[in-house]
Amino acid sequence: MQKFFFGSTLALLLIAFSSGLVLAQEPTPSDDEVNAIAKQLYCPVCENTPLDVCPTEACRQWRELIRQQLNDGWTEDQIKQYFVENYGARVLAEPPRQGLNWLVYLLPPLIILTGAYILLRSMREWTSPKSIPTDSDGKGATTPKPKDEYVNRLEEELKKRK
Amino acid sequence: MTESNTPAAKRGVPLWVQILIWTVLVALLVLVGVTLNKRQQGTVQPGDSIPEFSLPLFSGYEFEGRNEVTLSDFKGKVVVLNFWASWCKPCEQEAAELQEAWEFYEPRGDVIFLGVDYVDTEPEARAYLKKFEITFPNGPDKGTKISQMFRMSGVPETYFIDREGVLQYVKIGPFASVNEIKSNVDPLLP
Repeated sequence: MQKFFFGSTLALLLIAFSSGLVLAQEPTPSDDEVNAIAKQLYCPVCENTPLDVCPTEACRQWRELIRQQLNDGWTEDQIKQYFVENYGARVLAEPPRQGLNWLVYLLPPLIILTGAYILLRSMREWTSPKSIPTDSDGKGATTPKPKDEYVNRLEEELKKRK
Repeated sequence: MTESNTPAAKRGVPLWVQILIWTVLVALLVLVGVTLNKRQQGTVQPGDSIPEFSLPLFSGYEFEGRNEVTLSDFKGKVVVLNFWASWCKPCEQEAAELQEAWEFYEPRGDVIFLGVDYVDTEPEARAYLKKFEITFPNGPDKGTKISQMFRMSGVPETYFIDREGVLQYVKIGPFASVNEIKSNVDPLLP
């Protein structure tokens, strides 16, 4: 009798413990799996809010939809395609490479390259030595040129004033 | 010979780069201007002819057995186009009124109510339609094409299109009563 009582208590404890474990499990697929896709999508209603952090009821519904689709065996690309077909390409965090969207990908590197080119040219100009005046025969001037008469007079006047 | 007589070395940004930069800048400004202008236009305005569009319909909410309708299908009829969503609380305020108005006009045959479900999930949309016992044709705005065409600003929004396909009135927000709906439909009837 004592053995039976002990056995029953142990069995009850095991059942209670095991059902506790089941309750503690995360829903399948997990929130992390859902959010991994949701963060690549944007809320179509509230602008500039990624779907994984959007607090609205609509976004909660969409996250549940992603969970359901994952559960049904949909791939990430299939889910994203579904969202584009139903809510438009604007839901994608990364715009598709087509039409005017190409500007998003081409303009920033183009602007950076152009800026770098202009900066390089300007730096070369700043650091290169000034061009040496040449004579009419094309040879570089080896002796300092005689000063202009006007400059000489100006310097003399300045000296006098000191 | 003075320095001023020496040929000046050509320096600075080449002309073609300057032209390219200015062209890109002007193109960007035009693009931003056009986009801003489009956004500030608001919804399509009364007096505008509504372009053709097609609306797939939820199963159980078809029109005469068809699971997709176009605006031209309703030539000669007054069209009441209502944008809604299951997550939209103000939409719930007018759902019963819209259904009541539809039940009033349906026997006439020259007025059609169309529900356009804006960025929604189908199970929740169906639950909404069931909850408010809505029976008029309803379908999802696939790819938000219809709402973009109407430059819709939010839900609920309702567009009253006359028998010639010209927009006559736009209601932003929920209707307060069935009479408010009727007061916009009746003047469009023969």
